[in-house]
This record gives sequence, C-alpha cells and structure tokens, in this order.
Amino acid sequence: MSIWDWDYVWEAMPYLYQGAIVTVQATFLGFAIALVLGLVFALVRQSQNRIISGVMAEIVEFIRSTPLLLQIFFVYFVGPQFGIVIPAWTAGIGVLGIHYAAYCSECYRAGIENVDGGQWEACTALNLSMARAWRVIILPQAIPPIVPSLGNYFIGMFKDTPILAAIAILEMLQRAKNFGAENYRYIEAITMAGALYLLFSLVASVIVQMISLWLNRRYHLQ
Amino acid sequence: MSDPMVRFENVTKSYGALTVLDQLNLDIERNEKVSIIGPSGSGKTTVLRMLMTLERINDGVIWVDGEPLTHMDRNGTMVKASERHLRRVRGKIGMVFQHFNLFPHMTALQNCIEAPVSVLGLSRAEAEARAAELLDMVGLGDKKGHFPIQMSGGQKQRVAIARALAMRPKVMLFDEVTSALDPELVGEVLNVIRQLGAEHDLTMLMVTHQMGFAKEFSDRVCFFYGGKIAEQGPPDKLFNDPDNDRTRQFLSAVLEAG
Repeated sequence: MSIWDWDYVWEAMPYLYQGAIVTVQATFLGFAIALVLGLVFALVRQSQNRIISGVMAEIVEFIRSTPLLLQIFFVYFVGPQFGIVIPAWTAGIGVLGIHYAAYCSECYRAGIENVDGGQWEACTALNLSMARAWRVIILPQAIPPIVPSLGNYFIGMFKDTPILAAIAILEMLQRAKNFGAENYRYIEAITMAGALYLLFSLVASVIVQMISLWLNRRYHLQ
Repeated sequence: MSDPMVRFENVTKSYGALTVLDQLNLDIERNEKVSIIGPSGSGKTTVLRMLMTLERINDGVIWVDGEPLTHMDRNGTMVKASERHLRRVRGKIGMVFQHFNLFPHMTALQNCIEAPVSVLGLSRAEAEARAAELLDMVGLGDKKGHFPIQMSGGQKQRVAIARALAMRPKVMLFDEVTSALDPELVGEVLNVIRQLGAEHDLTMLMVTHQMGFAKEFSDRVCFFYGGKIAEQGPPDKLFNDPDNDRTRQFLSAVLEAG
C-alpha cells in the first residue's frame, strides 16, 4: 500500500466539499456578527457613563479570558437545563461571533482612540450631533487603519471553525476525520483539508489587503 | 445699550488644584474685535474653549447674545445647561483652531457643507453654493475638490475659516490660528481675517501671538496673566503705554524675540 493514494483523494473530494461549504458559511456569518457586535461593544465602551463603559469592558475581558470551546459548550449543553434550547448551528455561529466580537471591539477601540482629538472638537464647534459625528467623521477615519487587524481575526476565526465539530456540526475538518475513520486511512483527507485551509487563508489575506488599500484610498488616509 | 454679545460673569475654571481662570469678568460687544494676548499658561486659550463648550466651567455663567450658554432657566431657577440647550446656543459661535482640524477624508467643499446640511438642514445645492462662495472669498475657489493632504497649511486654515463661516455664526473664535503655519503663510490667513472684519458683522475674539496684527486689527486687547485679565484697553494704549508692569515685561520679551 502506497503512502499516498490518489483514489482516496477523488473519493474524499465531495465529502470535503460539503464540509468546506459549512466552514465558509460559518466563517462569513460568524464574522459578520463579530464585525457588527464588536463595533457596538466598542461604542458602548466609549460611553461617557463610567458604569456603562466599565461593565462593557468587563464583559469584553470575560469573553476574551475564557475558552471559545467552553463558551460553545455552555450555550449548547448548559442552556437546555434552563429551558434555553438553541440549535447547534445558531449556537455555534452565535458564540463564534460573540467571542470574536470581543476581540474586534478592542481593534475598533484602538482605531477610535487613534483619531485626533481635534476632530471631535471640530465636530462640537460645527455643532454636529453625536450620531452624525460618529458616523461621518470619526468612524470613517477610525476603521480603515484597523482593517488589517480585523482581517487577522477573520482568518483566526476561520481557523477556529473546527471547534464547531464539538457540537456536532459537520465542518470541513470533521468531515475529513470521518472520512478517514470510515476508510481506516487518514493521510489524504486530513492533508487535503489542511491544503484547503491554507488556500482559503491565503485568498482571504489578499482580499483583506485589497479592502484595506481601497478604504485608505477612498478616505484619503495614509 | 443692548446686551453684550458675549459675557463672562465670574467664570472660574480649574483642573484639580490648578486654577486656570479665576473669577473672569469680560464683556464683548456686538461686532467688537478683541485680541487676547499673554504668556503661555495664562488661561487665554481656555477662554475660547469654554465659550465653544469644549471645556466645562466650574463656576460662574457665560452669556451669549443675551442668553446663558452654560446654564438654562428651569421653572425660574438657573440649572446647568442640557446638551440640547448647549447645542442651540453654541450654534451662534464658530471656531478656528491652531491645528485646523479639517476632516481629512473630505474635500475642501465637503468640509464646508457637512454641517450646514446635517445641522442647519440646508439642501445640498444650497449648501454647495454657499460653500463655493465662501471658498472664493478666502481665495480657494479653485481648490474645492482638493483634500486637506493636498493643501498647504495656509490653505487648510483658510478652508477652516470658510467651514466655520458656513454655519453663519455671530461670534468667531480664532485660537492661535497662525501658530502652526510656516512664516510665509501667515500673511494669507491674516488677510482673510482682516477682510472678514471689514466686510461682515461678526464679533471676533482671537488668541494670538501676532502682536502687529493684534495692534492693527483689534478694537481692544486683553492681556492675561495668571488666569486673570491683568490689563485691557485699546491697542494703542496697551502696546505703547501699558499701565501694568507684567504687560510691559511681556511685551518687551515678545518684541525682543522678534
């Protein structure tokens, strides 16, 4: 028996393909949640009210200081004891999104705090409303510089999706493993999964760089 | 005699134990041009920042155009102004900053129409026409589509002046507006201010280190020292024959520096 058998490669292909779709969907949905919720966290954190911003900071710290897997178990397995039954897919994507929102919010915060204080003063002097100042003046300057770091979390989340296997979501790596188990042969399927992860990560990082360049040009920032 | 345009009544500002302004009383009449001079740390910039509501005051009341800015009337008693009250009253005030504070992601024209459209509710066309007129006035009619990064310091500061004027303020504050400029660019900014003073009904309050300009342009000069007005009066008197020793020392130090 050879070390590498191409027959298994072709056979594993459809399995992995189905898993890859789940992985990519989970990444995009999860990251969409992370981007939006992360911004919300960051904005709440900027609140003038010390209690509100303090509580938000603690929540973010808490989420970042406990393992993603534990959080997923908590929602999926502990929830039902209290009558909260959430389907695996929803729980998985939701927790991924919330977990990464905590990290993204720190990115946003860095971007926001990097905007020159004079910009806020100009907003006050021109009497812009708070909402308008955030939306039109501050965030367009705060976000483009942090796109590369947000992109890192995007790729990080992508690589964390195998954790979803723990609540019986058949994503790409789990499919590869199952294929290996059925055939008593792992090398092809696991290697292929690895190659696909690598490929997706490389493509994603190119896309992130393009978005970053485009945003910086669009908003005339260095 | 009508109300002064701006009135500081026993205004005190401190940061912790440091008192920056101590019981300031100052009236500025309608259309009056007042220059504020003094050594650094004398509280002169704080005067402008309080009036623009960028700093909260600790004590006293600031009045603008006959109504309190820092306070408001609630059932007959004066209470601290709400954000809404502040927004309404500070609409009468415009400010130009030392470091321009233009919005870097917007063109000169966009900088000048953002607030008129979103705050005053002008239509885009109306705001653009007005902004174009103002940019023409400051000599930048051909730079409407330029971004701040594509402009010199003097040009940026002139856009900033146009941007503040687009809100039709009654009071304009100039906070060391030429201090960050290369020397050869100072004149173009001062010319615009000169022209504003001559052609518009504006109350102008400026903190400046340009003694020559303060002397030529102002109706009155206030010399700040240690959080108080040490001396004030018409520029001829204050610059040529000051009463206060501090004023004399300051002026000779400034003149010596050149």
